[in-house]
Amino acid sequence: MSIISIKDLTKIYNASQVPVHAVNGISLEFERGEFAAIVGPSGSGKTTLLNMLGGLDDPTSGTIVIDNQRLDQLKSSERIKFRLNNIGFIFQAYNLIPVLTARENIEFIMELQKIPKEQREKRSMELLEAVGIPDKANIRPRQLSGGQQQRIAVARALASRPKFILADEPTANLDSKSTGTLLDIMEKLNREEDITFIFSTHDARVVNKARRVITIEDGRVKNDEVRQ
Amino acid sequence: MLLKISWRNIWRNPTRSMVVISAMLVGMFAGVFSSTFINGWMQQRLKDGIETETSHIQIHSPAFKLNDDLKNYIPEANAITADIRKNDQIRGVSPRIVIQSMIASAETATGVKIIGADPMEEKKVTNLPDKLIEGKWFEGVKRNPIIIGHKLADKLKVKMRSKVVLRMQDTEGNITGGAFRVAGIYQTVNSTFDETNVWVCNTDLQQLTLLPDGAAHEITIFINNQDDLASIENQISATHPDLITESWPDLSPELGYLTEIGNTYMYILVIIILLALGFGIVNTMLMVVMERIHELGMLMAVGMSKSRVFLMIIIESTFLSIVGGFAGILLGALTTEYWAVKGIDLSIWGEGLSEWGFATIVYPVYDIPMVVTIAVMVILTGIVASIYPAYKGLKLNPSEAIRVI
Ligand SMILES: Nc1ncnc2c1ncn2[C@@H]1O[C@H](COP(=O)(O)OP(=O)(O)O)[C@@H](O)[C@H]1O
Ligand SMILES: [Mg+2]
Repeated sequence: MSIISIKDLTKIYNASQVPVHAVNGISLEFERGEFAAIVGPSGSGKTTLLNMLGGLDDPTSGTIVIDNQRLDQLKSSERIKFRLNNIGFIFQAYNLIPVLTARENIEFIMELQKIPKEQREKRSMELLEAVGIPDKANIRPRQLSGGQQQRIAVARALASRPKFILADEPTANLDSKSTGTLLDIMEKLNREEDITFIFSTHDARVVNKARRVITIEDGRVKNDEVRQ
Repeated sequence: MLLKISWRNIWRNPTRSMVVISAMLVGMFAGVFSSTFINGWMQQRLKDGIETETSHIQIHSPAFKLNDDLKNYIPEANAITADIRKNDQIRGVSPRIVIQSMIASAETATGVKIIGADPMEEKKVTNLPDKLIEGKWFEGVKRNPIIIGHKLADKLKVKMRSKVVLRMQDTEGNITGGAFRVAGIYQTVNSTFDETNVWVCNTDLQQLTLLPDGAAHEITIFINNQDDLASIENQISATHPDLITESWPDLSPELGYLTEIGNTYMYILVIIILLALGFGIVNTMLMVVMERIHELGMLMAVGMSKSRVFLMIIIESTFLSIVGGFAGILLGALTTEYWAVKGIDLSIWGEGLSEWGFATIVYPVYDIPMVVTIAVMVILTGIVASIYPAYKGLKLNPSEAIRVI
């Protein structure tokens, strides 16, 4: 049974005179435990696809079913709650609350879920250890490198115990060393803790780490291959 | 955590926040201090008005109220006085002979209100003896002593021990008069009062006017505790339904309005100040929301509910207004405390003020409910000022807000 199932998804932007088919009839299934990359050149529709998957944007047509729940049937407030409890997000930038420390950023999402304080404190420390920077617990994002910030974003995404994590070009702003480290952490979490990751990228080094590579072009799936 | 975020958010742009906070501080300081100033001024005028001029309660015959003629006296005034005096809630009762008449010096003549009373009893219903700038209360002059105000003394060009002549009609309608000698000159904060009221002994006036024994036009009562005013007034008017018993708000309605004027002034002033400052906060919070579009989008994307985002912005704005606002209120209250002891000297403008009956040294007074009301208004300003910016924040589309361009 797949955890995400999308059918005939389209998204048309009508901003200019010419309608843009950002996503143009995509159907995909994702299983629990996947480590999948969505690859394509800039403007191919990766962000649009991920935003719809995460319930941040409404498709023009088509359906998204996550764990038997059709996203389009959720009201706006229900959808926010659904995101909180089911989906972890890692964005390219602006992931963290600048006035909170690394640890507070991780705890914040759990506080939204009304998880008791002792549990929050314990889990935030565990997650900081999992992403390899427990010593940065009390430091604010501005004093951390881009790579460290993204690692906290990974920890934050994991904190709510989501069903899967969506990462839209998480390494786009990172140097190659940080990119490697972040990918290693994500891969390790995927292997050891069975965390499902779906991430977009146009970086060949990142693509190489993926176990499934979905190539899209002009809003369509061009290739969908599973590697070993 | 929401509180923590909002609080820290204020200090992300310390310069901008300090500008708002300082404006709030100065505004609230000005609001509170000028309110307490006016309040103190009004209360003092009220106190002076009661203690020097009207006393708490006065009794007259209905006819005297219509026409303050010599003949409209209360015949059994002394008996009523003796009766009222039994009440231990009362500090003093003084029957007065009151005549509108002429006073003349060698230089000139003018109309005055002559009050004839027993000097010892009169002392208990008015603090006029404390207001003497020259002489002593009915001492030092054997025959026909008179106490006049300094303004009148100037006008008549008389000094201590000068002779003045009072002219009036007696009860039989004949013109009569007598020579009096100035035994004391008083000065109150109200120079109009000083110019138009003179005090003589009731016995001297009675001889001149041929009023019957024990009669008076006015019975003036000073009570120990202001809180008993209504009950004492009711009690007296019930016992003497044929007379008119009035308390100071009836006798001098403008005194009663004073406190209201003070309060109204304060509210209008504070509302104007807060309105102006409120727009400053709206502007600041709009900038805040615009600057943090990405961040707010991210928060909504990861699952922060709209109501929490709304609340977060409102808390930040409220912090912004209360930090400066409360500091300003506190500063205003402390300044009031300081000047409440020392008094603020306005004597440079003294002439004009005392013609209106206002003191030239003001002791500002604040009361706790007023300060609490202003504090609540400050909080409300913070909340109201953030509603529009918060609403703007909510209308963000997270997928747009987090897009990296
Ligand atoms: N809000 C929008 N309004 C109009 N066109 C948009 C909007 N967002 C994206 N697009 C267009 O949709 C297409 C896909 O964009 P996007 O999903 O961001 O691609 P990618 O993430 O692969 O770079 C692009 O042609 C882009 O210009
Ligand atoms: Mg993109």
